[in-house]
Amino acid sequence: MNQEERGKRQKNIRNFSIIAHIDHGKSTLADRILETTHSLPEREMKDQMLDAMDLERERGITIKLNSVHLKYTHSDGEEYTFHLIDTPGHVDFSYEVSRSLAACEGALLVVDASQGIEAQTLANVYLAVDNDLEIIPVINKVDLPSAEPERIKQEIEDVIGIDASDAVYASAKSGLGTEEILGQIVEKIPAPAGNPENPLQALIFDSLYDTYRGVIAYIRIVEGTIRPGEKIRMMQTGKEFEVSEVGVFTPKPLACDELTVGDVGFLIASIKNVSDSKVGDTITHAARPAEQPLPGYKTMNPMVFCGMHPVDSNDYNALRDALERLELNDSSLQYEAESSQALGFGFRCGFLGLLHMEIIQERIEREYGISLITTAPSVIYNVYMTDGEVMEIDNPSNMPDQQKVELVEEPFVQATIMVPNDFVGAVMEICQKKRGEFSDMRYLDENRVNIVYYLPLTEIVYDFFDQLKSNTKGYASFDYEFAGYRESNLVKMDILLNGEVVDALSVIVHRDMAYERGKSIVEKLKDLIPRQQFEVPVQAAIGNSIIARSTIKAMRKNVLSKCYGGDVSRKRKLLEKQKEGKRRMKSVGKVDVPQEAFMSVLRMDDDQ
Amino acid sequence: MTASSIYVHIPFCEQICFYCDFNKFFIKNQPVDEYIEALGQEMKWAVPHTIPLKTIYIGGGTPTALTTKQLKQVIEDVKACAADPSAVTEFTVEVNPGEVDREKLDMMKACGVNRLSIGVQTFHEKLLKRIGRAHSSQEAKDTVEQAKSAGFDNISIDLMFGLPEQTMEDWQHSITEALGLGIQHISAYSLKIEEKTMFHNWYRQGKIHPLPEDTEAAMYEELEAKVTEAGFNPYEISNFAVDGRESEHNKTYWRNEEYFGFGAGAHGYIDGIRYANLGPLPHYIKAIDSGSFPLRETHQVTAKEKMEEEMFMGLRMKEGVSSKRFTGKFQQSYYDIFSEVIYELTEKELLHDSGTSLHLTEKGRLLGNEVFEKFLLVYE
Repeated sequence: MNQEERGKRQKNIRNFSIIAHIDHGKSTLADRILETTHSLPEREMKDQMLDAMDLERERGITIKLNSVHLKYTHSDGEEYTFHLIDTPGHVDFSYEVSRSLAACEGALLVVDASQGIEAQTLANVYLAVDNDLEIIPVINKVDLPSAEPERIKQEIEDVIGIDASDAVYASAKSGLGTEEILGQIVEKIPAPAGNPENPLQALIFDSLYDTYRGVIAYIRIVEGTIRPGEKIRMMQTGKEFEVSEVGVFTPKPLACDELTVGDVGFLIASIKNVSDSKVGDTITHAARPAEQPLPGYKTMNPMVFCGMHPVDSNDYNALRDALERLELNDSSLQYEAESSQALGFGFRCGFLGLLHMEIIQERIEREYGISLITTAPSVIYNVYMTDGEVMEIDNPSNMPDQQKVELVEEPFVQATIMVPNDFVGAVMEICQKKRGEFSDMRYLDENRVNIVYYLPLTEIVYDFFDQLKSNTKGYASFDYEFAGYRESNLVKMDILLNGEVVDALSVIVHRDMAYERGKSIVEKLKDLIPRQQFEVPVQAAIGNSIIARSTIKAMRKNVLSKCYGGDVSRKRKLLEKQKEGKRRMKSVGKVDVPQEAFMSVLRMDDDQ
Repeated sequence: MTASSIYVHIPFCEQICFYCDFNKFFIKNQPVDEYIEALGQEMKWAVPHTIPLKTIYIGGGTPTALTTKQLKQVIEDVKACAADPSAVTEFTVEVNPGEVDREKLDMMKACGVNRLSIGVQTFHEKLLKRIGRAHSSQEAKDTVEQAKSAGFDNISIDLMFGLPEQTMEDWQHSITEALGLGIQHISAYSLKIEEKTMFHNWYRQGKIHPLPEDTEAAMYEELEAKVTEAGFNPYEISNFAVDGRESEHNKTYWRNEEYFGFGAGAHGYIDGIRYANLGPLPHYIKAIDSGSFPLRETHQVTAKEKMEEEMFMGLRMKEGVSSKRFTGKFQQSYYDIFSEVIYELTEKELLHDSGTSLHLTEKGRLLGNEVFEKFLLVYE
């Protein structure tokens, strides 16, 4: 390609992503765009094409970002190259969103025509606005009887403050409005700036590990051009590699001769080590390096921590490998080795939020086939010691002795809750119960209210979201951001089984709630832990004082009688099943504890 | 070594009990005669030359659902397998209360049947209905009396406990009634709700509830105490007998010895292979008609499995697992194989080593499965 062709091509590139709340139709709209631009033969179309993981399809959410290269011929007769970068919609993944937005010049804002803007959409739109992206509002599902596109249009203008007069009325399901969306992408979203002749600056916005090809880096070229055979340098780590292949996703990976300004695609350079291709790093040429790396991302720090231990201690190394692989695609995942008396060797892992945690757990169990025991999630506490030392505690069992603690601070978040009028009372009641501090309340229109509270993060981690959903019939949408640390009257509560403290069950609770929580935990454990051959007391204690107790009675009878006309294999199967069931439990002291028990300190929903 | 025991399965019933998941069919409109013919054929093939037969057990289903003539045919066919029919020391037929008349009993007696196992289950009228039995408590007693007057002096009855809504009083009443009958053997089973039964359906729908573990345990202890007091020996976890009336046939299973199993859905253990026959009647009959054994599955028992089975079956008996017999079979002592497990269980007072045998302690009897499970070897 010569310089003139490159310039012309660059003029016709449009990079955009889609911002939407869960269920507002983002993945379906992406499918329609793929279809309309004939990116895939029809027989290869599956629903929700870009949600590649089984988990994504099952849960109906997008977890990983995906990019796809499309060709579109506009009514002006010109052919345009689109890069659509699909993004997750959940609050936990705003990090991924910020990464994909950094690779774009524009964003489609998809809002459901009957439900309106939700809290998480709002957060992501603000991110896009911060990144100077051109925003194209799309009001989706206008063909539903409950649709009120005019009202939603007004809401977009009122709440977000952008011009929505050209908002596209669409139905991703039927394909209505797709052409108009594609047209607006060409007309409104600017072509990428940058010069193909400048020293190379390519932003790594994602990367994944392929067993056969090593690391595949997802990149956006900001300046310069990159071709196979060239020597590149990672600006952050200084490591150098030779490019073996570059290409685009159609959405299947397709190799090409070069990637140049505005292109979004992939790069393979026999990079063996996960940590050599850091998301957010800038790639440049080794021979003619750029002077400055591109601005990286705002690094998101994990807010929620839990212990993950293999059920079978032989799986420890496999678990470490799995975490290493997952971390490559997910730099917000943190982990470090830890050992628990109860659970043996494992890892303390940090996540962006609860959904993130659940998804990582599920992927490890499914994709790597490792059975896990996870402890109840915790947050980071700042502990000020009487001797002046300050500690950060992310594992309740590491909480120092009460006497040595001057004060404890816990993270608070600013929680934004959008809810129909009728549920304002219910939401406020939950927030009060969760030690919330009221901050603001605003009517979005005559029916919808935006409520802002300061809440301890630990309460959100606990069961806030479940309660919010069940008390608002699922109408509430919710987002939060970190809002600093505050001093709280917190204590460590230990759980004892058979008189021994089980470190993996310790929790940090507010003193006023300790009694109630302790009672509920010991009752729950009593039901979850099967009878043993001896009586097992279950106790909750603060320091040396027991605040709650229950008892698992000793097993009285476990013996099958009927002889089944000599069917020994049946008897064998039964015993094998019983043995396997026990093998899946963790032996703590002498007590066999099932996996669920370690999470049970979290789930209190059925007591409500 | 040739097997010296035969089990024959008669998969027909006049009524299907709500808890039963054996291979059985409602007898109406079933090809009973064809089945009996096929059964005879299977035996002839499996035992081309006679064997030194010692015990026979005809079970079901309900063997007594057959007519006298049909049942006689089955009995004659089994006996034909024996090198010396007079050497058969124990010949049991399962009997359903109310399903035998004097003629049937006399026929059995004349043919050499010397033990009856009567499916009484409970003497509580309402409970009988609730578990799907067709007979009354009085019919059960009458059947026992009839059997006695026909000359049977080795009679066993089945009892069930842990039935939904069964109370301790109901159970005590059943035990007392049983002990008043002048029988020689009691088999007592606690209810297990099995899949593919009416009970399982009702259980899933929340219509019936299993009894609490503690109640079941107390019922077992009550039984053990009462029958022991009445002179019965708890020679196996759920079997109790007066002197000389222990079931020799069932001991074949518990001693991990080989036996033939004939009939639809029957299980057998021959030449180191455990096998199961096809269950559905048309499949079973078709296989025989086409000249092949009606096998559903076979499994060559490995040395490891055989040792495990020696333990978890043998420990069900009061006599336990004999050290001498184990070493004779495996050329290794059980300590060579299971030392760790034996020490652990002895420590927990679930197992006792008498010096010549291993057996369950009193505590271990109620927790049998906890013990047996340990004898399944796991190789890492």
